[in-house]
Amino acid sequence: MSDLLSGMSQAFWMLLTLDADLVEITLRSLRVTLTALVIASVVALPLGALLAVRRFRARRLTIAMLNALMGLPPVVVGLVVYVFLSRSGPLGVMGLLFTPTAMVIAQVIIIVPLIASIAHQALRELWSDYHDLLISLNTTQFQRVQALIWDGRRALLTAALAGFGRAIGEVGAIMVVGGNIDHHTRVLTTAIALETGKGDFALALGLGFVLIFMAIAVNLAIHVIGRTEREGRW
Amino acid sequence: MVSNLFPVVLSGATLRRGQKALIGPVDLTLQADGVTVVIGPNGAGKTSFLRMLHGIARLGAGSITWSCDPLEARQKQAFVFQHPVMMRRSVLGNLIYPLRLAKMARPKARALAIKAAQDIGLGDALDRPAPFLSGGERQKLALARALITKPDLLFLDEPCASLDGRATREIEEILTRAATAGTRLIMSTHDMGQARRLATETLFLLNGNIHEYGPASTFFERPKTAQACAFLKGDIVE
Amino acid sequence: MKRVLCGLFASVLLSGVAVADEMRMAVTTSFHNSGLADILLPQIKADTGIDVQLLVVGTGQAIKLGEAGDVDAILVHSKKAEQKFLKGGFGTHRREIMYNDFVFIGPKSDSAKLADANSAAAALKAIADTQSPFVSRGDDSGTHKKELSLWASADVTPDGDWYKAVGAGMGAALNTAAGMNAYIMSDRASWLNFGNKGDLALVYSGDPVLFNQYAFLPVNPDVHPHVRADLAAKLEAWLVSDTAKDLINAYKINGETLFVFNAE
Repeated sequence: MSDLLSGMSQAFWMLLTLDADLVEITLRSLRVTLTALVIASVVALPLGALLAVRRFRARRLTIAMLNALMGLPPVVVGLVVYVFLSRSGPLGVMGLLFTPTAMVIAQVIIIVPLIASIAHQALRELWSDYHDLLISLNTTQFQRVQALIWDGRRALLTAALAGFGRAIGEVGAIMVVGGNIDHHTRVLTTAIALETGKGDFALALGLGFVLIFMAIAVNLAIHVIGRTEREGRW
Repeated sequence: MVSNLFPVVLSGATLRRGQKALIGPVDLTLQADGVTVVIGPNGAGKTSFLRMLHGIARLGAGSITWSCDPLEARQKQAFVFQHPVMMRRSVLGNLIYPLRLAKMARPKARALAIKAAQDIGLGDALDRPAPFLSGGERQKLALARALITKPDLLFLDEPCASLDGRATREIEEILTRAATAGTRLIMSTHDMGQARRLATETLFLLNGNIHEYGPASTFFERPKTAQACAFLKGDIVE
Repeated sequence: MKRVLCGLFASVLLSGVAVADEMRMAVTTSFHNSGLADILLPQIKADTGIDVQLLVVGTGQAIKLGEAGDVDAILVHSKKAEQKFLKGGFGTHRREIMYNDFVFIGPKSDSAKLADANSAAAALKAIADTQSPFVSRGDDSGTHKKELSLWASADVTPDGDWYKAVGAGMGAALNTAAGMNAYIMSDRASWLNFGNKGDLALVYSGDPVLFNQYAFLPVNPDVHPHVRADLAAKLEAWLVSDTAKDLINAYKINGETLFVFNAE
């Protein structure tokens, strides 16, 4: 209990004084995760729409794979990415291991199935609404995907935010591929793991609170940008 | 202006669900003029027939041959569904969409869409989200959206079901205007009054087959078959 | 918004490109937990211009990183594993830098009476005889290997409910021990810097067998041509310098000296 209280006061204090290390780590967390989120959304949203619109042969298999991959422990993803990016691995020459780029790659792999799966669920409903109209209008596959993504953007925002939540709070994979190097690949979650390891629960909790604040702030910011609250839900 | 879609010839056209034939086999030739009203008891296959003709339900057997290239034929048709599909966009967005599909430049599409919205009395509601419109407004919007590309042929599936008298009259006015302007209409309806008001020819469907087809005046005054007679009298027809 | 995101994307990609005078060194958790790194790294940067990026891992993984060429040098404390590493041709040589020592931590009540033991082996035997709970790292780290060799010298096979191999780093293992009020072997630095001591206390230390030699091993550039052998050599020269000696010997936590510089 005393840890909790001192954690909260420590978080408050660090935020109030804009602790330089904290700011650096937080910005890095944001940068890595937002980059991963943009890349993952570019891949996953059209994929989700395509799965809703198109009846291709491998569709069932793709959906089953996405659902299975959603449950994949991040640390396994981290390990696979690690093996690929290691100097002795197939992509070793790129020298990406223990860089923020490696962390972005791992996070993209972790959240693409999640975003695609939620997007598919949401767009499947929209597609059953639009099916007759869009077929009657003689649209191409591409135009259907376009219409679904545009008109389903609010639901897709939710999918993207779920991806953001999973990526920003992820520790197993980015610890393995990023290495938690101070001033280089240390982010909020790996810093929390580090402080927990040192038995400094108050600081770890403080960082945890910062993580929560930040996640809430990003959610609100995206909602404001998307104006979802003002225009109501449809 | 006579469309190059017609005559359209259906030969042995059949629609199936599983083993069961929903429609047909139908042999029919439709000419370029008039308003065809498809009537028949519930479950006779009116909706399926329209969808088959429009090409959004896949033929199980037989053929439907338009007088022009099939792709061109599709582009010259539009369909208004019984439950209008409102895209989750503004009124304006819904009207612009088919024009943009036809690759019309945005400013021009916008101008046309505003005009179309004003024509159906939604000039003040351009930015309202379409899914929030009332039933009558939605049906009018769906109709305007279907007509905005100036199709040669417009299908309507029970366009006035569940609408009040005023909305029904507005819709019928739009339809009459479109028909006068040369749009070929093929519509189904439950409302015999509406059928009498609009039809130049009637197509009486029973159990997925065309039971009677001919000029509306003949059909309403001297139906040839006992079933049509009974249907017009308001009896239950099986 | 889009431009901001593009900028973010580009900056992340760019930051993946290695900048001159950055090198990576894998170090053990115990070294990092001591806090000595925070003293040494800024001075290294000031004296040599090298930005040393630390990967804090167990000895097992540190060696693996060196073998794969993912780091430029390793600083570890497990002589056997180091020699195997050299034999495999993965490192150029081994340079001893300093040592610290391992200590036994246990409940303040000290039910197994470790305080009375006269050697590390006797202490472990006392734990086994009383079946007092004991937390082992169980992660193939240098500390874990050391612990296993001590059990062997005490002629005890640690087995049974009282022996908990947690498969975790030093900090996590200490957290577990604090939670269970169990005995554990830790390096002195990790223990002194540990914040969640609970009811635990240092109960035994001092046997010379518990001394823990740290050695620096540069990764062999013949095997991995991309490693920064030049920076590793510069770093090694600094680590054995008088500056390093003074800093290491002077480093204290709660008034206790942690490391003894012994490079030749």
